[in-house]
Order: sequence, then C-alpha cells, then structure tokens
Amino acid sequence: MSAQVPDAGAAVAGGVPAVAVEGLSRHFGSLKAVHEVTFAVRAGSRHAVIGPNGAGKSTLFALIAGALPATAGRVRLHGDDVTSLAEHARARRGLVRTFQHSSLFLSATARENVLLAVQRRHGVQGSPWRAVGRRRALLAEADEVLGQLHLLDRAGAAAGALSHGERRQLEVAVALATSPSVLLLDEPAAGMSPADTHAFQQIVLGLPQEVTVLLVEHDLDLVFGVADTVTVLHLGEHLITGEPAQVRASEAVQQAYLGAEDTSDLFLEEGP
Amino acid sequence: MSALQVRRSLLVGLVAFGLLMVPWVFGAFTVSTFTRALVFAVLAMAVNLLTGVAGMPTLGQAAYFGVGAYAGALVSIHWSELGVVQLVVATLAGVVAAVLTGPLAIRGRGVAFLMITLAIGEIGHSAAGRLDAVTGGTDGLSGIRPVVVLPGSEGLVNEGLIYYYVLVVAVLAYLGVGVLLRSPFGLTLRGLRDNEARLRAVGYRTDAYALGAYVYAGGLAALAGSLWASSQRFVAPGDMGFEIAALALLAVIVGGVGSMWGACLGAALVVFTRDYFGQIVSGHAPLLLGILFVLAVYLLPKGIAGGRAQWRSLFPAARAARTTGETT
Amino acid sequence: MTGWFNAHFVSMVDGVAYGLLLFTLAVGLSLVFGMMDVLNLAHGTLYLAGAYAAYALSDGSWLGLVIALAVGLVVGLVGGGLLAAAVAPLQGRGHLDQAALTLGISLIAAEVMVMLFGAEVLPTAPPAALGGSVSLLGHTYPVYRLAFIGIAAVLAALVYLAFERSSVGALVRATVADRDMVRAMGVDTRKVLFGVFGFGAALAAVGGVLGAPIIAPGPGIDERVLVLSLVVVVIGGLGSVRGALLGALLIGQVQTLGVALVPSYAPFLLFGAMLLVLALRPQGLFAPGRA
Repeated sequence: MSAQVPDAGAAVAGGVPAVAVEGLSRHFGSLKAVHEVTFAVRAGSRHAVIGPNGAGKSTLFALIAGALPATAGRVRLHGDDVTSLAEHARARRGLVRTFQHSSLFLSATARENVLLAVQRRHGVQGSPWRAVGRRRALLAEADEVLGQLHLLDRAGAAAGALSHGERRQLEVAVALATSPSVLLLDEPAAGMSPADTHAFQQIVLGLPQEVTVLLVEHDLDLVFGVADTVTVLHLGEHLITGEPAQVRASEAVQQAYLGAEDTSDLFLEEGP
Repeated sequence: MSALQVRRSLLVGLVAFGLLMVPWVFGAFTVSTFTRALVFAVLAMAVNLLTGVAGMPTLGQAAYFGVGAYAGALVSIHWSELGVVQLVVATLAGVVAAVLTGPLAIRGRGVAFLMITLAIGEIGHSAAGRLDAVTGGTDGLSGIRPVVVLPGSEGLVNEGLIYYYVLVVAVLAYLGVGVLLRSPFGLTLRGLRDNEARLRAVGYRTDAYALGAYVYAGGLAALAGSLWASSQRFVAPGDMGFEIAALALLAVIVGGVGSMWGACLGAALVVFTRDYFGQIVSGHAPLLLGILFVLAVYLLPKGIAGGRAQWRSLFPAARAARTTGETT
Repeated sequence: MTGWFNAHFVSMVDGVAYGLLLFTLAVGLSLVFGMMDVLNLAHGTLYLAGAYAAYALSDGSWLGLVIALAVGLVVGLVGGGLLAAAVAPLQGRGHLDQAALTLGISLIAAEVMVMLFGAEVLPTAPPAALGGSVSLLGHTYPVYRLAFIGIAAVLAALVYLAFERSSVGALVRATVADRDMVRAMGVDTRKVLFGVFGFGAALAAVGGVLGAPIIAPGPGIDERVLVLSLVVVVIGGLGSVRGALLGALLIGQVQTLGVALVPSYAPFLLFGAMLLVLALRPQGLFAPGRA
C-alpha cells in the first residue's frame, strides 16, 4: 500500500526531514496568526504540535497543507520547496491532511469515501467507463484500509449515518488510502469520548512506520501517548521543539499554557 | 436475484413495454407530446448531471440545446438528412461550445455559477435572434427535412416513427449516462458535489472535473437539441430561452435532484402539463405549471425519486450487496 | 468632449432614471437574498402587479396616482408577507427548492394577471400634469422621467440612510452578516426577515407603480425585470444596499448609454458587463463579508 513513498530509506535513517517549515508566516492584515515559525519534522516520526487556544496551530496546518497561501517563508516536503504548490499538488506528492471538523462525502458510503482516495491514487478518477463496482483492485484496496481502521463492517453505511467516532476514523481512512508519506492529523480526537480516544490512539500507534505523522491536538494525553517529538506554538510563534519529557519540563511552555506560578499540575505523568 | 432486483426489473420492463406501445394506443397529437417529453427528458438529464450529480445548479443548458438544435437543422438543410450525421455533428457542436464557455462558468460555484450560466443562456438566446444569416433570426429556421434513419430510405414523417427514432436515441443517452454515473468519474462528480475542498485535499484538480462534467452536459443537451430539430422540423430562438432553462431545472427539482429517472419523469410531467393539460385550460398552461411546482415543493420535498433515497437509508443492508450507490 | 457629452446627454439622463428604477427593484431582492439566503424569483411579479395597478387606476389625475400608489403599497406588503410565509416552511432546504416555489408562484400570479389584463403590453401614461416634455440643455425630454429621477433619488437616499445610519438598519446589516449571532443576542430574526421581505416587496411594487410609464406592464415583463434585478444584485454584491445602488446605476447606463453607443451589440451588453464583473470579482463589487 505504501509503494510510492519517496526516499523511504534515506528519510527513516535520519536524512532529509519529511516536512520542514522555514520562517513561515501568515498575516491577516495586522493579525499575525503565524509568525516566522521554523522547525523540522523527522521522517518516520510522530510529531505533535500543541499550544494554547489561538496559538495558530490550525493556521499552521493549513499553510503546510497548502490550503492557505503563506505571507512569507517556505514549506519543504522531503527537501523540495512546495511553497508555491497548490493543495492538490502537495497531496499528489504525498502530503495529505485530515480536517478538524469531519469533512467527508456524506451522501456516499464509507467504502465510496475511501474509494475516492484510492481511485485518485490509481489515476482513474476521470475514467467515464468501467463501473467502480467492477474494479476489483480498487475495491480490495479500499476494504484493506477500512479494515485497518476497524470500519469494514460499516463499509456500506452512508458516511452521514456514522457515529462521531466512526467519522473521525473514516477521516483518517480516506487520508491513508492515498498512501501518503506525510499524514497531517488536525485535532483527530476532537469531540471524542475517552474510550474512542484510546481506540484512536491505538490506531495512530499502528500506522505504518514509513508514514510520517504530524498532528495538532488539544488532548495532551493523546499527544504524550503517541508523540516522539513535540512542538509548542504560542501566539503564532514557535516556542520549543523537543522530546516530550523536555517539553513537559520546560517552564516557558508551562507559562504559556497557564501564565501562572503553580504549574505542577499541568503535565501529569499518568492521566485520570 | 434479490426481491428488490426482481421488483426493479419488472418495473423497468413495464415502463419499456409502455413506451413501446405509445404510438399504437394514442393519437397523433399525444404521440407528438410524448416525443417532446422524451427530448425534454434528455435535456433534463444534462441539467441533472450538473445540478444533481456534480452539485452545480445551472440555468444555461438551453444554450447548448439551442446550439445542437440549430446545428442539426443546418446539417439537415444543407448537407445530410441522415439522423446519425445530424446527431453527431450537433453533439460535437455542443461539446465545442461547452469547451469554449466552460472555463468561464466554472470560475464560480453556487450562485455565481448559476448566474454565469444564466448569462451564457441569455447571450445564446440573443445571438440566435440576431445571426439572421445563419439562424434565420427571430423568424426561426424552417425547411428542415424529415430525418432519415437508414441511408436510402424515406424520411420520417409519421408521428409514430419519429417517436421511435427519438425513443431509441433517448434510451441510448439514458444508458450512456448510467455508465458514466457508475464509473469512477461519476463517483468523482458526486464527491465534487458533497465536498469539493476535501477532494482537493486528496489530490484532485477539481476544476478539471467540473469542466469535464460541464462539457459532457453540453454535448448531451446538444444531442437533445438535434432530436428537437428532427422532430419539430422548426427551430426558433425561443427554444433556447430562459423559459426552457427554467423549466428544465424545475423538471429536475420535481423529479428529485440527483436521480436520472426522476429527471426524466419530471421532464415528462412538465411537458404533459404544459402541452396536454394546458390545452384543457385553453392556453393558460403556465398556471398549471405553477401549481405543479408549488405542490411538488410542498408535498414531495425530495422530488418524485426522493422516496427511493429514503428507502435506501432505511435499509443499508440492501445496499451492502452492491458497492456503488447508483443514482440512475 | 462636450460635443460627445451633448449628443449623449439624453441617454445618460435616461440611464439615471432607469438605474434608479432598477435600484428600487433590486434592493429588496439583494437584502432578502443576502439576509435570509432566500432566492425569491417572484420578485419581478411584484413589479408587474404594481405596474398593472398603475395602469388600471391612474387616470391622469393626481388622485389616481395616489390611489395607485396606495394599492401598490398594500399589494407589495401583502405579497411580500405571503411570499415570506410561503418560503418559511422551506427553512434549510436550499436555493433550488426556493427557486422552484417562488417561480411556481410567479407563474401562477403572472397568468392570473394575463387573464385579468390580457396578453398585450399596456403602455401606461403618467399623470397629466407630468405628461409633457421640457427642454433640457437643448434636448426635449419627458417631464415624467425627470420627476421620476427626483422621486426615486429621494427614495434611494432614504433607503440608504435608513440602512446605513438608523438602528433598524444596523440590525438588518447585522442579520445579513451573521444571522445566528443576532439570534443569540435575543433578537427574533424571523421578524426582521419578514420585515425586510415585506419592505423589499413593497418597494418593488411601488417601483412598479411609479415605473410603469418607463417599463410598461405586460406578459414577460416580470421575467425581464427579474433578470435585470438579479444582474444588479450579482454585480453589486448580495446584501449590500450600496452595491445595489451602484450596480443599478451602472446597469442603467449600460442599458441606455451603452445601447446608444453600440446598438448592434445591445443585447450582449448587459450580460457581458455581468460576466466581466463575475470574472474579476465573483462575490460582487460590494459584498459585505459573511461571518
């Protein structure tokens, strides 16, 4: 399924970062939503971006994915400058995102949602001939992805009829079906129950090692359960990037989150 | 075969039988009304392809209908009476016209697209009235020769035979659209309707597919136009005016946006209400049409074909057996 | 330069008259579309009703005109209220259903008017006192059109001021920008909606009464007026009174001066202008931001 990951060997060995942002900025008039942010995402890592509300995380994601044009700075994908590329072009190069608010094809079945990604990967999305239902290879691939996300028994249900947790899983399934090299997860656990979140954590941990995962998340339990690297944003600016323990211990980070003196409760080792 | 499929096949069989029997059961005027209903159904399918499948409501398909009608008429008058030739040339003319105007139209979505298509329709209508040398201006184009099906045979003047000619082409068009809807491109268009942003995020150049749908719809509308020219033997600018565009869109809404057989049924309903029942109220056909639309909107919120979709979401098990959601 | 100006002066004045007439029609449509997200295709029918009222009731006297205006106003308010009520059950069902419903209603209403008034265009004379012509910079020009410009300009100014300056106008503008927010503040937006619908309809009908000597009533006129209003609304931007005014004045000039300058391209000017605007700025020239 991951046949088209570029430079897989070199990337995993710690060479070129999967994603690098350099001096990335996005201003809305005088509002500096993202300002001169620079950090790199190691290939194969599970890299989380966290920060208090209004930190600019979602804007950063939109900039990396190409949904929003940058005011300044660069975005690099496996070393290539993709700053001028549109969203669909970046997606074709392996950079695929999920959406913060479930963004699915609601009138289609779960299987069809995934098929839309699969058929694009095979390049047949414009073919007006042979019925999708008769293309065994596409169907098999779609079902495989659905299976990985534990959605196979819901394959025939309309996306609009799925539960909230199932929709979030389908979000990831659709993105995964494009065989991405970099997967951007935008608040994947938003609105999930603790049970669903735990199940989701297992899914993220189970993703193929060749896929680099960059996620934005508020749920710090999920973040520290999954991430090997954490970047903290504050008021649109980069604060720190490092290992989870390092970030947890950082006073600057604690100040940013609470702006208060007593921060000992903020990053508990064990969740409730 | 499941119970659902047996029922469906029986229904299709009944409809097919009914359609074949029309010239034997009804008089000439009713048969000609059926013919006009079939032509309008093909136009409605073109409108539905954009409106219901790709999610781009349009008021401009009448322009391509007109292009096809005039092209077919001119071929008949100056070149060939063969139906096939007229149909092919007309469809190509529609495709070319759509390729030339499409890029402008798809710059907009939603209301902007609707208004641009309205503008294209109105400009086409005005052009038809002014290009006297080509289109006969506001007087229209007459002198269209009876269409010939097989080389060497006589042109069709019998209402029943004309009906069969149109029926065959309409059925072929219906089947062709069905193939398109079940294909990957059909799935792409439904994705375009549901969530264009997500489609882009997954790597689709969405504008390309919007244009593809637009061109296909233009060709289909032009095909219908050629049928119109062959069956009515007269083409005028009014045939591509705002009323036709509005009625086609309304037929699709009444039939159930997104459903092809619904669009055909809606088209038939509109044509019969206007031409057949309109006669009974001595020419006040618009009144009946207005009542039809008001009733349809209130009583059938999802259109005639809407009930089927509701049935589907109630019984997802019946869908699991098939992997694609057909909207034909 | 002055020679050209002189030669085309009449067309330009005509354009102002036409433009102001279009404004009275388009502003209601723009607000309803921008606010309620409702596509009211029966808007042209309201104009037609007002114009027929003028034809039937105005007998050349001032009284006749006043009666026609009163009838037009009532017809507009009632018509607007009925339309708002008819569309209300379709809440959240999208533009297509609204289009189908309002188009259906307009078909019924238009046909009823044909049954009452016949199928011909009925040229309507203005009040006798305003019937003559006057000399304007060396050109003769109908008095009524000048009077119309005066009245319509005052009307336009009042509408503009009410919208931009008054507290009611602020409420309407807020509802256009973010209906949910206004509702969250405790305002019954349905009343605002009905109010704007009624107001826009009344304006259209009154515009019909006053405009009948300029665009006379007849079959198909409702469609023509609707299309013109839609073009103005699209160019000006949904929900913007300023946009409707400037868009209307622009289209007014296109339809009069433009036609005088390039008569052979007359039918294409209107939509050509609209396509140009849409190609450059798809949301219209003055669209207020929607939250």
